[in-house]
Amino acid sequence: MKDTPASRPWWGARIYRFYRDGFREMTVGRTLWKIIFIKVFILFAVLKFFFFPDFLATKFSTDTQRADYVIEQLTQAAQGSTQPVKGE
Amino acid sequence: MIENLDLGMVNWARAQFALTAMYHWLFVPLTLGITWIIAFFHTIYVKTGSEEWKRLTKFWMKLFGINFAIGVATGIIMEFEFGTNWSNYSWMVGDIFGAPLAIEGIFAFFLEATFFAVMFFGWNRVSKGFHLFSTWMVAVGSNLSAVWILVANAWMQYPVGQAFNPDTARFEMQNFAEVAFSPYAVNKFTHATSSSMLMAAFFIISISSWYLLRGRHILMAKRSIVVAACVGLLASVFTIFNGDESAYEVAQVQPMKLAAFEGLYEGQKNAGLVALGWINPEKKVYDTQEPFIGFNLHIPGLLSLMANRSFGSFVPGMKDLVYGNAEHNILGAVQKMERGKKAVVSLDAYKQAKKAGDSAAADVHLAAFNTNKEFLGYGYLGKPEEAVPPVAMSFNAFHVMVILGSLFPLIFFGYLYFSYKGSLLEKKWLLGLGTITYILGMIASQAGWIVAEVGRQPWSIQDLLPVTVARTNLTAGTVQTTFFMFLGLFTLLLIAEICIMVKQVNIGPEEN
Repeated sequence: MKDTPASRPWWGARIYRFYRDGFREMTVGRTLWKIIFIKVFILFAVLKFFFFPDFLATKFSTDTQRADYVIEQLTQAAQGSTQPVKGE
Repeated sequence: MIENLDLGMVNWARAQFALTAMYHWLFVPLTLGITWIIAFFHTIYVKTGSEEWKRLTKFWMKLFGINFAIGVATGIIMEFEFGTNWSNYSWMVGDIFGAPLAIEGIFAFFLEATFFAVMFFGWNRVSKGFHLFSTWMVAVGSNLSAVWILVANAWMQYPVGQAFNPDTARFEMQNFAEVAFSPYAVNKFTHATSSSMLMAAFFIISISSWYLLRGRHILMAKRSIVVAACVGLLASVFTIFNGDESAYEVAQVQPMKLAAFEGLYEGQKNAGLVALGWINPEKKVYDTQEPFIGFNLHIPGLLSLMANRSFGSFVPGMKDLVYGNAEHNILGAVQKMERGKKAVVSLDAYKQAKKAGDSAAADVHLAAFNTNKEFLGYGYLGKPEEAVPPVAMSFNAFHVMVILGSLFPLIFFGYLYFSYKGSLLEKKWLLGLGTITYILGMIASQAGWIVAEVGRQPWSIQDLLPVTVARTNLTAGTVQTTFFMFLGLFTLLLIAEICIMVKQVNIGPEEN
């Protein structure tokens, strides 16, 4: 049934219904959304939180300290740098 | 500090990045390419009003959705790795990558995300015109997402439009247009997107060929093949042309990479391109071993043509690039290391002078640094031979990519020719080959990234920052743990994708 301009719901409601009906009619999409949620949870709540801290952000509190640390790495790294070799 | 540097960590961090990047790239090309082909299918449906084309469009859209869902957020892992394993690098390039990646986030992602829902949910809910527009916008948005990450990658290979700030230890952007439209970036984008279109064409051909061999969904499979083969033929020819352009660009800005992927140790005029040959993996740049094992065949002058657009021109070999070649005015890694070490010493002296409040001395050291800064990265090499990337891996990956890439247009042409003749169903050999074309395309595509990334070693930023300095000072054990966690996670996700995809392919398109 076609809505007349007067009876046409507010655009926000129409967008909401569009998404609601779309999600309701999904078949394989439901499984995919579950996989996405599990994956995002593992990535952000487990891996990022426990295993992938931002090294410079956690070790230093200001950008000046971070810059000083990196400069120190750059100036001291030249003393005997070698490339990794096979098997190491 | 470098004396405590765990080289095992660098290798594990490299391996982990390679694993995540290659896994991410299993999904990306299909997303980039198939959105265009789906847009063509959708356009034909809107033009003809045929329910068969609608069914076909919805079917490929569903497979695209599966690929997108499993692949989504796999790229974010690389950002985690930057902050944890490659913190020096991450800090140093923040100013350059911040702008392109922010643009990607704001513009392309929202464009893609907004129209994505309309594309999937819009059947009979929005006008046909707006629905079709949304499908095209998903294709545009997906490919725009790729622009900025490829610009960032291109910048690492050809770091233009920047200046190193010794106070902040950051490469700062001086010219956005130079970064965004560098010829290296343009070639990388066109090569990646056109090869993705041919990959998507192969995806459709593989599944459609399987249907034809099984005698199922014959009309849909034939129609899908014709459109996919047209797109694939154009894309594969274009990929060869812009691949050649990329090789020219590599020869200009990364001659060592070109020499490695052609196994060229001694520079030559009228240098030949290897058509057939088995690279000697034991050969070192300083020894006298033969570069190839047994028989090898070179096409005379073709490498010179590819590198300099002139048959007779000189192409430097790895020896020239390591030890220098005065006759051809080539600075070797030996000479660059001297200047690089001066740059590092000046940087250190500048830092000390600043700390002591001696601005006059700081200015002198800064001027000395600026004289040699273009070779900064060479200051971290222990010996000049370290400037050579893994030759055998670069060579093999390059030749696998080229051989397969040359075969692809023939396959697409074969499909179009026999479709036109009406005898495609009888050509079981072609349909059999067709079912594995997606795997062949994936091998070529992954090989292309191996060429690009292994071939540029030891640099994380060409000539400016080697991987050994780009890393975080962690132990190998830390990275090993997450490497195996990713391996497990990725394997599970891949199994999930394959199972869901196979199930949907078995079900086939919805009946009317």
